[in-house]
Amino acid sequence: MGILEIKNVGKRFGGLQALSNVNLSVAENTVHAIIGPNGAGKSTLLNCLVGKLIPDSGSVMFDGQSVLGRAPYEINQMGISRVFQTPEIFGDLTVMENMMIPCFAKRDGAFELNALPSVRNQKDVVEHAMHMLEEMRMADKRHMHAAAMSRGDKRRLEIGMCLSQEPRLLLLDEPTAGMARADTNNTIDLLKQIKEERDITIAIIEHDMHVVFSLADRITVLAQGTPLVEDSPEKIKGHPKVREAYLGESA
Amino acid sequence: MLGLDKKDTSLLVIVAILTLLAPFILNPFPSGSAMAQFNAGYPDLMQRFVIFGIFAIGFNILFGLTGYLSFGHAAFLGVGSYSAVWMFKLFSYNVIPAIALSVVVAALFSLLIGYISLRRSGIYFSILTLAFAQMSFALAYSVLSNPKFNLTNGETGLQVYADDPQLFHRDSLPDMPHLFGLSMRSTYHLDIGAWSFDFNAGYYLCAVIMMVMFYLAIRIFRSPFGMMLRAVKSNQQRMNYTGLNPRPYTLAAFVISGMYAGLAGGLMAAMDPLAGAERMQWTASGEVVLMTILGGAGTLIGPVLGAGFIKYFENIFSKINDNILHQWFSFLPDGFEDFMVFIVHPFIGKGWHLTLGIMFMLVVIFLPGGLVEGGQRLGNWLRNRGKGAAEAKTKQEPAE
Repeated sequence: MGILEIKNVGKRFGGLQALSNVNLSVAENTVHAIIGPNGAGKSTLLNCLVGKLIPDSGSVMFDGQSVLGRAPYEINQMGISRVFQTPEIFGDLTVMENMMIPCFAKRDGAFELNALPSVRNQKDVVEHAMHMLEEMRMADKRHMHAAAMSRGDKRRLEIGMCLSQEPRLLLLDEPTAGMARADTNNTIDLLKQIKEERDITIAIIEHDMHVVFSLADRITVLAQGTPLVEDSPEKIKGHPKVREAYLGESA
Repeated sequence: MLGLDKKDTSLLVIVAILTLLAPFILNPFPSGSAMAQFNAGYPDLMQRFVIFGIFAIGFNILFGLTGYLSFGHAAFLGVGSYSAVWMFKLFSYNVIPAIALSVVVAALFSLLIGYISLRRSGIYFSILTLAFAQMSFALAYSVLSNPKFNLTNGETGLQVYADDPQLFHRDSLPDMPHLFGLSMRSTYHLDIGAWSFDFNAGYYLCAVIMMVMFYLAIRIFRSPFGMMLRAVKSNQQRMNYTGLNPRPYTLAAFVISGMYAGLAGGLMAAMDPLAGAERMQWTASGEVVLMTILGGAGTLIGPVLGAGFIKYFENIFSKINDNILHQWFSFLPDGFEDFMVFIVHPFIGKGWHLTLGIMFMLVVIFLPGGLVEGGQRLGNWLRNRGKGAAEAKTKQEPAE
């Protein structure tokens, strides 16, 4: 049994069958990559996992509990964090505040009316946020407006914000899309480090094969809304069906 | 001090000094002089400055922090006024229970409206709040004033009559709103030379309450709760995916700002025991939006400045008439004098809205951060100019 079990999931948008009969099992403490050409249903599948979309059929179980019908914030509290294709951070806030918010959420839950706090009340959160910023090597940028940072730094901050909640499953939606080569390599190194240092399961959607093959333990190829094959990276590389469907080579 | 950092403390102290010395500051011209009409230091107007200041501070907690633009906050102000007047009618003219009731009723009312309106965001939220406020206005204006059940007294407005029960009223107490016997209208006149200053009990009550409310607003702005509200404005998507539900935060902000509005309404009734439906009309809701944006949404002091600015123009510009204009331009030849009066005429008296509109457009276009941004730019310019002059001097020295 994997930590994430997707069974017979189907989703239809009007006349388009975006997902049909998706079965996927993500084993605990592995990096599972989902690849596929544009329009294969990767993002739809991800949205079904985090509560943004509700599939028409099938079930999604995380750690033995169904995630279907729950709001995104409830699913997050179950231990699933998501990194978006374009970094979703609090642009108007400083980097430190960005990091403090998930730390507060981790401590207090979905809502806390902390309108007149004492300094002592915030101390543990500030320490936690500072620790995370140091781990992400951006403590020196803590007074910056988050929106003013580079794409790579925003991505780093977003990953740090997700990690500060100590999720059991981290979902990454094309984490290196639109990045310069150097930033891409930094992100790969960061993710490798996370994988080694933490008990965490990572599911990653990616276009960049370099990223996929340097991180993934297991790869699922999605085409036209259904999984084509699932195997180890070495086997996927040589798989004729994959080469045909995805890498665009005729066998 | 009081759990604030140095910058906020000094801001609070400045506001406290300005409000406490307002009777002096707002009356800079000798009472007999031609400029005396620009004096704003009379009790009625000073009370309005601080009451609308409270209203705008509260509105800014919702709009400035979460970005939810409510077009119905006047409804809470009106509800506050009505509850205060009812307290006067039924129990006593003491302002404390009246103000307390107006805050509580406004809180309950805003909880109801907020719970429904906050299901939508952006323009839909604004329209929903506007609809609720106009419904409240219609209810107060006609529906709830029929002979069988007269809650609001319709067009006439709710007021205290001689045959009202006033259970705790005694003859020794003043026959108007009072604070444990101190009438809200009692005023001390101070004459210094040609100047005269008014110190009004009602104004000082409002001023003290405004300072407390300003202090609370600073604490809310700087608290984790305030940070969450700014996070709502910045990125609701990330908030949701951080395990936080934005709804309770926005609702809490809505209710807090509704309570501020109710408090302002209660104070209005405490200064003058009347409540009319027009206080709930959409123009009144729009006014607080203007105040907040004009002063600087999301800043601490901005809404207070905006409220003072608009109320000053409303009361001072609207009092200038053609006769006064003729006096001003009397140094010009006759034809020019009439021409100047003709040009300026649309902007004064009843036309003060035109002046306000132009001011508002200029501020929004050139100072998107409101008057506060104007002040900051001015400060920076002065500082840089000082620095520039110093640098120019040091550059010149080697040449000598």
